Amino acid sequence: MSEIAEKVKAIIIDKLGVEASEVTPEASFTNDLGADSLDTVELIMEFEKEFNVSIPDDQAENIGTVGQAISYLEEHAK
Amino acid sequence: MSLRRVVVTGLGAITPLGNTAPAYWEGLQAGVSGAAPITRFDASKFKTRFACEVKNYNPDTYFPTKEGRKMDIFTQFALIAADEAIKDANLEGVDKDRVGVIWGSGIGGLTSLQAECIAFANGDGTPRFNPFFIPKMIADSASGNISIRHKFRGPNFVTTSACASSSDSIISAFNYIRLNMADVVVTGGSEAAITESGVGGFNALKAMSERNDAPELASRPYDKERDGFVLGEGAASLILEEYEHAKARGAKIYAELIGGGMSADAYHITAPDPEGNGVVLVMQNALRDAGISPADVDYINTHGTSTPLGDGAEVKAIQKVFGEHAYNLNISSTKSMTGHLLGGAGAIEAVACILAMQHNVVPPTINHFTDDPELDPKLNFTFNKAQAREVNVAMSNTFGFGGHNTSVIFRKIES
Repeated sequence: MSEIAEKVKAIIIDKLGVEASEVTPEASFTNDLGADSLDTVELIMEFEKEFNVSIPDDQAENIGTVGQAISYLEEHAK
Repeated sequence: MSLRRVVVTGLGAITPLGNTAPAYWEGLQAGVSGAAPITRFDASKFKTRFACEVKNYNPDTYFPTKEGRKMDIFTQFALIAADEAIKDANLEGVDKDRVGVIWGSGIGGLTSLQAECIAFANGDGTPRFNPFFIPKMIADSASGNISIRHKFRGPNFVTTSACASSSDSIISAFNYIRLNMADVVVTGGSEAAITESGVGGFNALKAMSERNDAPELASRPYDKERDGFVLGEGAASLILEEYEHAKARGAKIYAELIGGGMSADAYHITAPDPEGNGVVLVMQNALRDAGISPADVDYINTHGTSTPLGDGAEVKAIQKVFGEHAYNLNISSTKSMTGHLLGGAGAIEAVACILAMQHNVVPPTINHFTDDPELDPKLNFTFNKAQAREVNVAMSNTFGFGGHNTSVIFRKIES
């Protein structure tokens, strides 16, 4: 797994209080990992901070699973 | 329309003396001080470097980490005290549409406000405020979270009147039940302001004791050498319930809430009226609401914060209202032990009054060393040691910056 993927997983485990085994690429933040709309906003902000990127709202809407977060950040992280 | 009667059917507390209501009472009747050097932040550059913190507090003991992180510490305290009171009252089976939550907090989530502003100031100007920041900070998050946790769908709000906040919440709860707008109200108050901005702000007002060499001796209401209040933190909760409703479900009844009074000094934003005119008025209002005479009162838990001006003004007012009966009263300031919980003060002191009636013991005013020649020596301030006394009627006074005065009166319930 890439370094970015590792970091993304760690943030999700910390913020959502879930087990590492639950954080699979297909896992949806809201449907599988118990996040509500505010949790999702907080996750996106943590990604922005950690990877020094700015994720526009229209793109943030498309980040709903662990895998989508990893691919977006692998593409855009500086 | 006749007003309905209101009784107390549950208690909860998390305080500098103990983290449950029974532990709090143990500390109160033993005359223990809750003051110690500040551990929540590095206070080495502050004029005051001690406070009455809740001891051994770890939110993870009470909440899953993810849940706890979404609440300011003042809301965590609120939930802990309310949970204890709700369990004590055994509210399983009551109609949740008829249960309200009316809480008090003078400040709200100061820790969260401070942390977010510092983070922004340290950044490059990009606003990265946490989405939970506002719901953590706003004072009404305490009553909102209690209702969400227990699914209570009755009236729900927070009262804010500085250090009188949670006496105002108790009086509001009392009124809503009396007026048949709820059958049960979870009330109380909480505060958690032992932060850099809280301590620094009160220091700037010259309101707090600076007796850093002996924190446990610093809160000394009515002592000649008193030099300001000691900041405390925590929460207390009372379950108020309509009398017939409580009887019908066989609830344990601690006491009846018989009267509440409110008034304003209309004098100065932080200083008390030295003549105590607003305080005279508030006690008269409470006695009239309760329909009792001054001679019926056994115990007054005073506001008594240990400030040079405030303590004297309140005592003067008590003597005006109670006349000769003032000498028969037990008077005590439990802030000598707990410190000043600001918006939580009214609630923890109401709990002290109720437990004093239950045990027939008046908790003391500790740290008395030198008589203040300005105060009448014939008054019984319950100095240093708890006193055994049949307490049938107890009054609790609380006053807040802004000149807000509140007074509530509890009476033992005839069995």
